[in-house]
Amino acid sequence: MLELVLFYIFATIAVVSAILVVTQQNVVHSAAFLGATLFAVAGIFLTLHAEFLAGVQVIVYVGGILVLFVFVIMLISVERAQHERQYNRQWTIAVVTSAILIGEIGYGLYRGKDTFVLPPAVIPPAVPASGNSELVGTALYTSYLLPFEIASILLLVAIVGAVVLSKRRTAAEE
Amino acid sequence: MDFAINYILIPLIKIALILAVLPLLVAALTLAERKVIAFMQVRLGPMRVGPWGLLQPIADPIKLLLKEDIIPERADRWIFTLAPIICLIPAFIVLAVIPIGPTITIFGKPISLYVTDLNIGVLYVLSISSVGVLGIILGGWASNSKYPLLGALRSAAQMVSYEVALGFSIMGVLMLAGSLSLVNIVEAQKNAHFWYVFLQPIGFILFFICGVAETNRAPFDLPEAESELVAGFHTEYSGFRFSLFFLAEYANMITVSAMAVTLFWGGWLRPFPNVSALAFLDVIPSVLWFAAKVIVFLYFYLWFRASWPRYRYDQLMKLGWQFLLPLSMANVIVTAILVLVLGKG
Repeated sequence: MLELVLFYIFATIAVVSAILVVTQQNVVHSAAFLGATLFAVAGIFLTLHAEFLAGVQVIVYVGGILVLFVFVIMLISVERAQHERQYNRQWTIAVVTSAILIGEIGYGLYRGKDTFVLPPAVIPPAVPASGNSELVGTALYTSYLLPFEIASILLLVAIVGAVVLSKRRTAAEE
Repeated sequence: MDFAINYILIPLIKIALILAVLPLLVAALTLAERKVIAFMQVRLGPMRVGPWGLLQPIADPIKLLLKEDIIPERADRWIFTLAPIICLIPAFIVLAVIPIGPTITIFGKPISLYVTDLNIGVLYVLSISSVGVLGIILGGWASNSKYPLLGALRSAAQMVSYEVALGFSIMGVLMLAGSLSLVNIVEAQKNAHFWYVFLQPIGFILFFICGVAETNRAPFDLPEAESELVAGFHTEYSGFRFSLFFLAEYANMITVSAMAVTLFWGGWLRPFPNVSALAFLDVIPSVLWFAAKVIVFLYFYLWFRASWPRYRYDQLMKLGWQFLLPLSMANVIVTAILVLVLGKG
């Protein structure tokens, strides 16, 4: 019961601030709401007993990516960005077409509602005896070793690429 | 009833204690800072308020709280208000996982001397304290003024750079202890017969350097740099809002010292915790051992500030990326190999 209440609180915060991220005129306000969204997602992880994921979510997204976002935003002129038009002229058409699409999908789902069979309610597993971070580590280095290594190679390539690109530009400037 | 006492009442009391004691510690620390630095510079320091200036930490907060609260006209009011709060909350909630002593018995009830023992303790501390920098950046930007913006930019670059080396410097200890829980790490040091600083001296030095940099203290106080940037990111803040930044900075100093003690200096353990010849040292309660060690590291902070000039910006980046980061990675690799070959401890 408590977990359900917490889930809805976090989910509401996440969705509302995610909407505000794209509707705010001021970029820094968007960034602040992005932080709220990321924190709410970490909270949802916590209600699922995924403490390790919640910690990583905060350290990577809030402590790393969001800080870099704000760092870059500070260097651009926010006041000029505020005068930019946020939506282009075709937004009315977009609203109408997406409303039609949503109606269509909703109608289809409604017509086919008898074909959906919900799986029986799963009792959430109790907190595992060995710690959450140990479980994540074991899973990463046994069942998912290859995808894990591929992902790390991909990140390494991205880092090297970023360094090469930034170095090339300074060479051209000289 | 038992549930309510064990899981609601007792944690609430502990939380209230932390919230009440921490500002007092910060106040004491400000006086200690002024006195220690004064003595190092052959001065007397504050002497007017109370005997030997002992009441100065009471006068200072009163002065701060009575000052006018100014929000610059062109500032972004919303972010300007939010920034000190973002800074302060992580500084306080980090302390929830730091164990200041083992489980003790009060009125026949086992009471643990920490709010909670998280399975992801170290990760929790790292992730929550990485949020604090957002408050500094946003505060500097929202002031809509040149010096705070420069301070905020420096702070962002500095904290992101040193956070990586900080994380790596802890990994050696994590491998030795085989756990992320701070309580387990202290227990592991008891079983290993050694404080981990004897096994991880490089890791400790790296951790403390990065910790000083993360808290923006001298010689890494570039975000404030009063001789270049007036007061850095909090130039436009006054009164209560400024005191929130101030409180957060000093609370972070205490956190870094407490983390250094917990991870490397055996937490609440006495020296050589398993040598029975030293058992007479158990006369001193474990909480006092912890406090004494934390005070030593806080003293180091003040000592650094009195001794060393501030780094230049390029020196700061060079030190972080070209020296501390490779060294901390090498430390991780060597530790990993040794743990694999020799086994734990």
